[in-house]
Amino acid sequence: MQRIGVFVCHCGTNIAATVDVKAVAEALSHEPGVVISQDYQYMCSESGQNLVKDAIKEHKLSGVVICSCSPRMHENTFRKAAASAGLNPYLVEIANIREQCSWIHKEIATATEKAIILGRAAVAKVHLNTPLTSMESPVVKRALVIGGGIAGIQTALDIAEAGFDVDIVEKKPTIGGKMAQIDKTFPTLDCAACILTPKMVEASQNEHITIHSFSEVEEVKGFVGNFTVKIRKKARYVDETKCTGCGLCTEKCPMKKVPNEFNMGLDNRSAVYIPFAQAVPKVATIDPNYCMMLKNGKCGVCSKVCSVGAIDYKQEDRIIEEKYGAIVVATGFDPIKLDKYDEFAYSQCPDVVTSLELERLMNAAGPNGGTLLRPSDKTHPHTIVFVQCVGSRCDDSKGKPYCSKICCMYTAKHAMLIREKYPDTEVYVFYIDVRTPGKNFDEFYRRAVEQYNVHYIKGMVGKVTPKSDGKIGVQASDLLSNEQLHIDADMVVLAAAIEPDKTARPLATMLTTQMDTNDFFTEAHPKLRPVESATAGIFLSGACQGPKDIPETVAQGSAAAAKAIGLLCKNSITCNPCVAHSDELKCNGCSSCEKVCPYGAITYIEKEFRMPDRTTAIRRVASVNPAVCQGCGACTVACPSGAMDLNGFSNSQIMAEVDAICK
Amino acid sequence: METFTYYPGCTLRTKAKDLDTYARASAEALGIALEEPADWQCCGGAYTTARDEIATKLSAVRTLNSAKEQGRALITVCSACHNVIKQTNYDISRDEDMAMKVNNYLQLPEPYAGETTVYHYLEMLRDVVGFDKLKEKVVAPLKGVKIAAYYGCLLLRPSAALAMDDPENPTIMEDFIRAIGATPVIYAQRNECCGGYITLEDKSQAAKRSGAVMGSAKDQGADMLITACPLCLYNLKKNSGSDLPVYYFTEILAQALGLKEGNDE
Repeated sequence: MQRIGVFVCHCGTNIAATVDVKAVAEALSHEPGVVISQDYQYMCSESGQNLVKDAIKEHKLSGVVICSCSPRMHENTFRKAAASAGLNPYLVEIANIREQCSWIHKEIATATEKAIILGRAAVAKVHLNTPLTSMESPVVKRALVIGGGIAGIQTALDIAEAGFDVDIVEKKPTIGGKMAQIDKTFPTLDCAACILTPKMVEASQNEHITIHSFSEVEEVKGFVGNFTVKIRKKARYVDETKCTGCGLCTEKCPMKKVPNEFNMGLDNRSAVYIPFAQAVPKVATIDPNYCMMLKNGKCGVCSKVCSVGAIDYKQEDRIIEEKYGAIVVATGFDPIKLDKYDEFAYSQCPDVVTSLELERLMNAAGPNGGTLLRPSDKTHPHTIVFVQCVGSRCDDSKGKPYCSKICCMYTAKHAMLIREKYPDTEVYVFYIDVRTPGKNFDEFYRRAVEQYNVHYIKGMVGKVTPKSDGKIGVQASDLLSNEQLHIDADMVVLAAAIEPDKTARPLATMLTTQMDTNDFFTEAHPKLRPVESATAGIFLSGACQGPKDIPETVAQGSAAAAKAIGLLCKNSITCNPCVAHSDELKCNGCSSCEKVCPYGAITYIEKEFRMPDRTTAIRRVASVNPAVCQGCGACTVACPSGAMDLNGFSNSQIMAEVDAICK
Repeated sequence: METFTYYPGCTLRTKAKDLDTYARASAEALGIALEEPADWQCCGGAYTTARDEIATKLSAVRTLNSAKEQGRALITVCSACHNVIKQTNYDISRDEDMAMKVNNYLQLPEPYAGETTVYHYLEMLRDVVGFDKLKEKVVAPLKGVKIAAYYGCLLLRPSAALAMDDPENPTIMEDFIRAIGATPVIYAQRNECCGGYITLEDKSQAAKRSGAVMGSAKDQGADMLITACPLCLYNLKKNSGSDLPVYYFTEILAQALGLKEGNDE
């Protein structure tokens, strides 16, 4: 016979003002199995918890029902209390009579009636609760960071600092990401390369960090603490271990007409190339789309000039397999393509550039050696128009609904740098709103306006018309003075919206993590768990989770590292015991559960069964990996034969609750 | 020979005869039969912006319905007629309230609910004939002629309803120009307004707008400009103050197909 204790919380007046708590306790005392039913002002307080503990001991309770706030709030509190009194923590049930009752009802009579019903359902459920024990699963003490931009680098350095091995997988030939392309950083205007490249070197020299550059994640299997990952090391046709990065091959390569990605295609590189002088690893890569030797077997110059014999035209992609305890996603962002925004004439005129292109045009290591010249005729621009929110805050399908967050600040930076270096240049910035929340951000923007006399105009540019004399006609509206403006500009700079990197979506599928409609990774809780994904053991770092500037990215990178370290520190992890399990005798191997499982926790195994006639038969049945299962319950609903059930939320428990409510 | 219902519109019977004549002649040469619906009336024209939404839609629906009764797709050629008819078709297939009111008023044998497919003549060239096939039929390619395509506003917008091409970066007319052997000139003002009806109210505004269009086309090296809209043609010719020749696209189509002598104004 069950011996159940019921405890009704007042939550100050949160519950007690709308629910007659004494009546609830009274009503529930008559439920079957209930041996004690009482109310108290704050059940979660120490004395409230002691009430529960004492009752468990005194009345030898076999189950506890707490009528209080949401289980998200205090389920753990009461489970711990029960455990300390010797009761299995999974024999505690919460009836949520605050969020789902007192807060949403006004009349005491109806709220009280509902609270009683909710309590009754919890009592009915606790009758069927079984003691559950958490399993343990070992942790591989190695982390994988996907993406080698500033987010990934920061995360890797922090994890390595704690003494754990960490691998960075970067799809490009060098780590560094977008930050390596940036000239100066806001709001301090310090040089991006000067603060980034030491970190890149640190990462490459750290004994705990292995960099897999020019590599991509191919397959992810396993679960928190024990992931098995296949990494494709793409053929770079250069032996990384031999190449010294001397750059002789890049000088001698006769194929020099390859658009240089690092400079946003504003100049050319050779077919064998090192992306930039401070690349890490500093080894050459051959671009098979342009290399004449690889395309038609004629050339071989790089191989001849290489003194260490590092060139290997026969190199092929290699797949390596590694085990990891934690995975951090740091895939970053890309500016959107502007082909749908031809009102700004981006495809018609070389002097209409994106902000990232402007970064390269202004960078000392860029195509013009740091002198700002128009791409078309290499002359100094004297009038420059910046257009903000190109594709951001867009209410149609062309652009993105969100604010890209970084554009207001980098545009202010560009405007200020240009006015500083070329005071004879007039700079206009068209904006919808200027958004500068951040430490020293608004001061920075005001400096652009007040000290540097950048013309900030509220309004959007409607049309950009390139002219044959090299000028660019800009037609815009000034919303504050309600005027149409026509500006003859020399350059137009478009602040393109940013979007997640294209590799993010296939990666999310591999990792069984969630994304939002914009393909940003979804964090486990928007406020309280911002760097964890909903999938255990997968953490989020940087702009893959949402638009971020560098300080925020670094902060999140370190936070993700801290979470990963917290996991790697453990020898084993305790798993949530409320996971699915399959009744193999009922399972018909239909795969319905496997298809709906968002975490990849279900696999099928061939198992031998003894049949009633004493023969044996091999049948295909579902098997749940309890370390991977997150207890969402999707499989229990999908299973047509009722074989799948969820510990702690079994079908019979839920039906008992429904029956109690409908009684 | 494929047959379509062909809606010319009022202007093509008066001011814009060339747009109509060469559309018909070229269609025939391309193996397309165009048949006018009996008793067609004005598309609704300038009245679509009037307050009483239903009355302005009625004549467009009559045209759409006669194509439906003939069981054919409808072909238009005037940008303005196309805009009115296609938008009305789009609206009536989505707005139940409007469909009910229109049908209550018209009392058709069978209610009309947007069943007719509407093609602009250019879309017919692209989607029915195909620009590759058109290229094969060209007998007098306009080699070396630099032609600026002028879309104006009515042909492309609102883009959800018109669904002809990308409203900011259209290619249909440029592809047409390539098909007849000429070279398209891309210029920024090609999808901006010509000034439209404002010429009746304030000629200087119309002059400003059409001047900007012609200036931009000429600036980018165009030898001529083509349009599908009688009102655009009027503004560009009479109000812009530019000497750049302006033709209907059907004129140079007919010329390329050997149905018309070369243009020399």
